[in-house]
Amino acid sequence: MFEPKILGIFCNWCSYTGADLAGTARIKYAPNVRIVRVMCSGRVDNNFVLKAFQEGADGVLVAGCHPGDCHYIEGNYKTMGRVPILKEMLKQFGIEPERFRLEWISASEGDRVAEVINSMTEQVRKLGPLNWKSTTDTKDFSHVR
Amino acid sequence: MSPKIGVYICHCGTNIAGKVAIDEVVEFAKKLPNVVMVRDYKFMCSEPGQNLIKDDIKKEKLDRVVVASCSPLMHEKTFRTACETAGLNKYLLHMANIREHCSWVTEENASATEKAKALLRGAVAKAALLEPLEKKEVKIHPHVMVIGGGIAGIQAALDIADSGRKVYLVEKEPSIGGHMSQFDKTFPTLDCAACILTPKMVQVGQHPNIELLSYSEVEKLDGYVGNFKATVRMKSRYVNEEKCTGCGDCWNKCPAWRVEKPKGDKKVVHDALTLGPPKAIYMPTLQAIPAVPVIDKESCIYFKNGKCQICVKSCPTGAVDHKMVDVVREIEVGSIIVATGYKLFDVTKMPQYGYGRYPNVLTGLEFEHLNCASGPTGGAVLMENGQPPKSIAILHCIGSRDKNYHEYCSRVCCMYALKFAHLVKEKTGAEVYDFYIDMRSFGKGFEEFYNRLLEEGVRFIRGKAAQISNEAIYPEEEGKLIVRCDDTLLGRVRRVPVDMVVLCSAIEATGDSQDMSRLLGLCHSKDGFFAEKHPKLAPVSTATDGIFIAGCCQSPKDIPDTVAQASGAAAQAMMLAARGAIEVESATALIDEDRCTGCRICNDLCPYHAIDFIADDKLSKVNEALCKGCGTCVAACPCSAIAARQFNDAQVLAEIEGVLQ
Repeated sequence: MFEPKILGIFCNWCSYTGADLAGTARIKYAPNVRIVRVMCSGRVDNNFVLKAFQEGADGVLVAGCHPGDCHYIEGNYKTMGRVPILKEMLKQFGIEPERFRLEWISASEGDRVAEVINSMTEQVRKLGPLNWKSTTDTKDFSHVR
Repeated sequence: MSPKIGVYICHCGTNIAGKVAIDEVVEFAKKLPNVVMVRDYKFMCSEPGQNLIKDDIKKEKLDRVVVASCSPLMHEKTFRTACETAGLNKYLLHMANIREHCSWVTEENASATEKAKALLRGAVAKAALLEPLEKKEVKIHPHVMVIGGGIAGIQAALDIADSGRKVYLVEKEPSIGGHMSQFDKTFPTLDCAACILTPKMVQVGQHPNIELLSYSEVEKLDGYVGNFKATVRMKSRYVNEEKCTGCGDCWNKCPAWRVEKPKGDKKVVHDALTLGPPKAIYMPTLQAIPAVPVIDKESCIYFKNGKCQICVKSCPTGAVDHKMVDVVREIEVGSIIVATGYKLFDVTKMPQYGYGRYPNVLTGLEFEHLNCASGPTGGAVLMENGQPPKSIAILHCIGSRDKNYHEYCSRVCCMYALKFAHLVKEKTGAEVYDFYIDMRSFGKGFEEFYNRLLEEGVRFIRGKAAQISNEAIYPEEEGKLIVRCDDTLLGRVRRVPVDMVVLCSAIEATGDSQDMSRLLGLCHSKDGFFAEKHPKLAPVSTATDGIFIAGCCQSPKDIPDTVAQASGAAAQAMMLAARGAIEVESATALIDEDRCTGCRICNDLCPYHAIDFIADDKLSKVNEALCKGCGTCVAACPCSAIAARQFNDAQVLAEIEGVLQ
């Protein structure tokens, strides 16, 4: 069975803490998502997502606080605003937009962390491997915003 | 010169080592770039574990440290301190979370080991690019704000005020005292609630260090630990606090009722189960602090048609003023204690219990009012027709321990049900039937109290009551309320006819708890109670530094637990104030002047208005005192001119690359 490699970028205050809670509660979920911490989902540069696909990720999951609950007041709204552009870019690069997901997970939703990660893993598994790395080795995306 | 990274892998007993093959990860780490030292230890956070790191920093001249253990939210501070004491800038530490995000959540050992390697590779890659940062300190404003004037808020305010610091106590209702001021007796000692609470309320009213803002609400909160600025709306009472003497002439003469007026010669109207005067101008209880009435705009005749003003005419000091307006104040404090309490579950959501249809079905709080000496019956337990009941049923767990409503146990119901049973026996001699699922008498003196009630002849029936109806089948049920229940000890369904029913409804989060958590930047659990920073070791702290929680706004609890937690929160607030200054996040944003084109996109994006455009230089600058380091501006800058310290592009990209390799 194909085991997808998925990057998770989680905000410090809600989603990363939620993932910690899933751990404390010993909720088991798919091992495919590797989580990188940022302070706010608003920090997520579209470039991070493209870089992840370039580095061999089959999917990218960004998670932040629920709308209205952002620790930094409204950082998650900025993320929300960037996603349509990102999805459009992904399409132009020939990447299925379903390989990217933005989710809201609060610090108390350990069970939701497991749910989201499991369903994301299944979704990407169905799409199959991306293999974008081999085709983009010479491309530089640092100018893409 | 390339960095020298030390990698420290924690077994965490068997928490990590039970799932992750530590030896394999050690061998893997040795091959990672820039790594010069790899060690593993049973408990890295322990003294000997930390010493391993400290010694290596000194002897091996490490300039970066990576600890693969639990979540950084758990022990980053511990390891940063270890680095600092060994002379390494504490921002040169990075952690890989191989416990909460790996060993605890992964089914198979092999995949857990692979995931741990990936997370470690990411952490090492980022660590190589970390840069030292300077420590930043902010001053702590010595004043404290307490939100909520129930027993939790009162206790916290008094503790802080007694230490010599100024406290602002903000209470939404016209009087402090909260739910406790509405109780008659308290379990299991049967102390009179008013006798133990009223002196504390008076103390609050008179304390030179407490400024009581009753009938007020916090509308906005700005700032950060040590420097909060709260906007408080002091709602108009239409009675001048300075002039009022609390004599009561106004409510005695007021012709308007804010609750349904009793009809005929009935002694009790259960709809009017209110403490304090039932008129449009009223005090919530006669022991109210401040002892100043307030006008209920809904029922006041003057606010309906511009006439009446009997209260104005009857007031001997001229304190009543219908034209009074709200006052909005800005208050600066260093820390905040949130003690906003709870509300009761709305039992009309469970129509099977007939609340609202049968006048002799009461909630626990209404039954408290009925028992209270200053209540509508002067403390006598009477039915709606004014007669004492011959039998009473007390139903536990209405809305608690019920997957359809609240899954949790409300913690106090078993004990106050026992207290009710005792009071009924004492006052009326009526037969008491107590329907319980499990009797939870876990506290000090609780089990003894339960045994006492068993001897007093209360009939305990193990089983949750399913329905209350007035449909009699047998002659002895005529005119009675019939409680149907599955008696789990007898193993059969029973019908118990009674005169009166008390529903022990669940304690739930206040209706505005979500707004409050948004306003104050707090997290809440899925049932709406505020979330503490750590369920065991930081029960009064929150995710927001400088804001503490106490009492039932955190979870249902009884009075002794509430008081203990309130004193704990007060101690935390005093600790901050006593320190005078606190270290804050150094990981702020930084604008590269050479790359900034002065486009000003970041200026409006910053939620804290921390970026200003400097017209003379035609570029933007970050005000570091205001920047919280969220990084939103960094992601948006079209010229990559802004760097987020600790999370700059190169660092995050390195970590991404590392975990994906």
